[in-house]
Amino acid sequence: MPETVPHVVFRGVSKTFDGVTNVVADLDLEVGKGEFVTFLGPSGSGKTTCLNMLAGFVAVSSGTILVHGRSVEQVPPRKRGIGMVFQNYALFPHLTVAGNLSFPLEVRGVGEARRKKLVARALEQVRLQGFEDRRPSRLSGGQQQRVAIARALVFEPDLVLMDEPLGALDRRLREELQYEIRGLQRRLGITCIYVTHDQQEAMVLSDRVAVFRAGRLEQVDTPEGLYEEPQRSFVARFVGENNRIPGVVEELDRGLCTVRAGSGRIRALRVVPDAVGQPTTVSIRPERIGFAVAPGSYRNEFSARVEDVTFLGDHLRVTLSVFAKRDMVLTIPNTVGHGGVLPGDEVRIGWAATDCRALDCEDDGP
Amino acid sequence: MRRRLRKPALALPLVAFVLVSFIAPILLMLARGVHQPVVRDALPETLAILDAWDGLGVPEEAAFAAAAEELRAADEARLAARIGGRVNRVRSGLRTVIVAGARTGADGAGAGSARERLLAADPAWGDPATWRALRTAGERFTLRNYLNALDLDRGADGAVVRQPEERRVYVPLLLRTLGVSAAVTVLCLLLGYPVAHVIARAPARRARWLLLAVLVPFWTSLLVRTTAWIVLLQQRGVINDLLVWLGLVDDAARLTLVYNMTGTLIAMTHVLLPFMVLPIYSVMQGIPPRFMRAAESLGATPAQAFRRVYWPLTLPGVGAGALLVFILAIGYYITPALVGGSGGQLFSNMIAFHMETSLNWGLAAALGGILLAVVGALYVLYERTVGGENLRLG
Repeated sequence: MPETVPHVVFRGVSKTFDGVTNVVADLDLEVGKGEFVTFLGPSGSGKTTCLNMLAGFVAVSSGTILVHGRSVEQVPPRKRGIGMVFQNYALFPHLTVAGNLSFPLEVRGVGEARRKKLVARALEQVRLQGFEDRRPSRLSGGQQQRVAIARALVFEPDLVLMDEPLGALDRRLREELQYEIRGLQRRLGITCIYVTHDQQEAMVLSDRVAVFRAGRLEQVDTPEGLYEEPQRSFVARFVGENNRIPGVVEELDRGLCTVRAGSGRIRALRVVPDAVGQPTTVSIRPERIGFAVAPGSYRNEFSARVEDVTFLGDHLRVTLSVFAKRDMVLTIPNTVGHGGVLPGDEVRIGWAATDCRALDCEDDGP
Repeated sequence: MRRRLRKPALALPLVAFVLVSFIAPILLMLARGVHQPVVRDALPETLAILDAWDGLGVPEEAAFAAAAEELRAADEARLAARIGGRVNRVRSGLRTVIVAGARTGADGAGAGSARERLLAADPAWGDPATWRALRTAGERFTLRNYLNALDLDRGADGAVVRQPEERRVYVPLLLRTLGVSAAVTVLCLLLGYPVAHVIARAPARRARWLLLAVLVPFWTSLLVRTTAWIVLLQQRGVINDLLVWLGLVDDAARLTLVYNMTGTLIAMTHVLLPFMVLPIYSVMQGIPPRFMRAAESLGATPAQAFRRVYWPLTLPGVGAGALLVFILAIGYYITPALVGGSGGQLFSNMIAFHMETSLNWGLAAALGGILLAVVGALYVLYERTVGGENLRLG
């Protein structure tokens, strides 16, 4: 039976600290039960504020937040029953690992026998059995983060918030923990809202990603959707690598449009433009550009000069100048016979019209 | 090698200064408590004879002869009064006996035996107790001052006994001093902890002003502050006037707030408050707000979050502040001297009395030594219970 009430709903939520600027403006978002949603955005885009409003640390200026269909404005943080993992772990330094884990149980008046069982189970979930009596300061960063996660889960909340929990860890550990968090969330069937500014992390973890920019939602979509079908050039730029070609709309069809960019004319998917003469940014992923083997193999085909070739193991990264643009990037897989492309070579490159998207004209915002 | 020596060498002037002006005087003073060579140096032969004496009957003639001769020499060296004073501390009333003996020796050389001359000067020379007192005063190294400072005494057989109850002074005073110090510490903690919290949580600008307000008393002379309290607290003072004006206190029944223990408590708490606020503030400042948020998000009520997270995390500051205030309070001198009256005097005031008035420096040194030992014991106790690494002095 499908659930009808979403787990968390942000309805027209705004937040202002000074009464003038909105840190979060008119935010609408629904998070389903058992869903893993990531708030992705640069720092200062309002994602952490949203999390803090949901957790109850920050009051909502206007709008409503519903959890299980009930407004939570009047509910203090301790009664919201939300597990929270903080950026710098926030483990209590004067308590042992076991002490930290049993804290939420003790303040809830859980009896000792059951406490012991729950703590042991939580430690098992994060694979830290045997660390009960350690102080947090005697743990590595990754272990501390595991304890923090276990502490947020030990009292069995159905909603867990994580505020850049892996920010302080090195890349290897971060990747390892990403899979662990994802696995745990799936296994326990809890709803998870995760804040990060790392788009790759968002891709790995999320069912859906909400991209924040300056307090507003730019796009909410699955990782694939964000990558393949960005609706705004900010999203295209923020998620994955991306070539942006500024230009002016010259012709509009039903699904496609023609954009003049310097000396070149590009056929692109019409996403944002709705009038001829509008400025626009054409977005194309580096891996969608190819060398034109025979003339006419691509709808968009141009002469280009190779500026630089970088060998990156599994693929090559080629920087080209094409019409006005000097930093066009294309990546080609490192397969046998990728051809000896050298800087200074004149080449023909091209891409399909459906692989490039005419989006909004990008201003210089963050 | 030279390089390694250079940096520590920068601290040498200070080390030398501290050694000369602080550590050396303390050691000298402490030595005075147990080392009293005056009598022994002046009467070596007499004391050598008395050392062999059984202490029961009147000593033999040789003792009288030696005493008469050596006392005469001491009188010429203007030491007789000092010796008399020392002996008098062992057994009161003997000052005049010693001085009279010294004069006799000087005047009537040859007229009768030494024994007759001394007995003629004062019949107390025929009392074995006089000789026992002389022997005790002649001990070069003595624990007498410490026994005295702990209200103990040696009986005739040399065993340590407690002074009769009405003569016990120092131990009750020490206990009272400890009690006052504890009370001041508790008062400072009760008043200072919330203030430290407010400052630690205030925005930077306001925190600076608040901190300034805490520190201003530091920059005012201790004497001025203490005197100000007298003005405020006396019977015709500001506080009593205010209470009478408000009708809370009858004009005929003005409160006695100064020249007693109340005055000492109030003034000492005020003076020592910054020493409590500063270490606690410094520790609180280092506690990120996320700990409290975490506690709250984990289901703790504000009271639980305080008791189980915030308070334990501030303990290093509380310990440091309490230790600081307690130790300073134990040795406090000026404030109780000025506002304490007769009922509000503390241990240090007794040391000052023996230094300045009774001139019994040996006893003063012993009292000081006891005070030092108590402070040291407290620190060790603290180290054992709270732990040194949990101590943060700002």
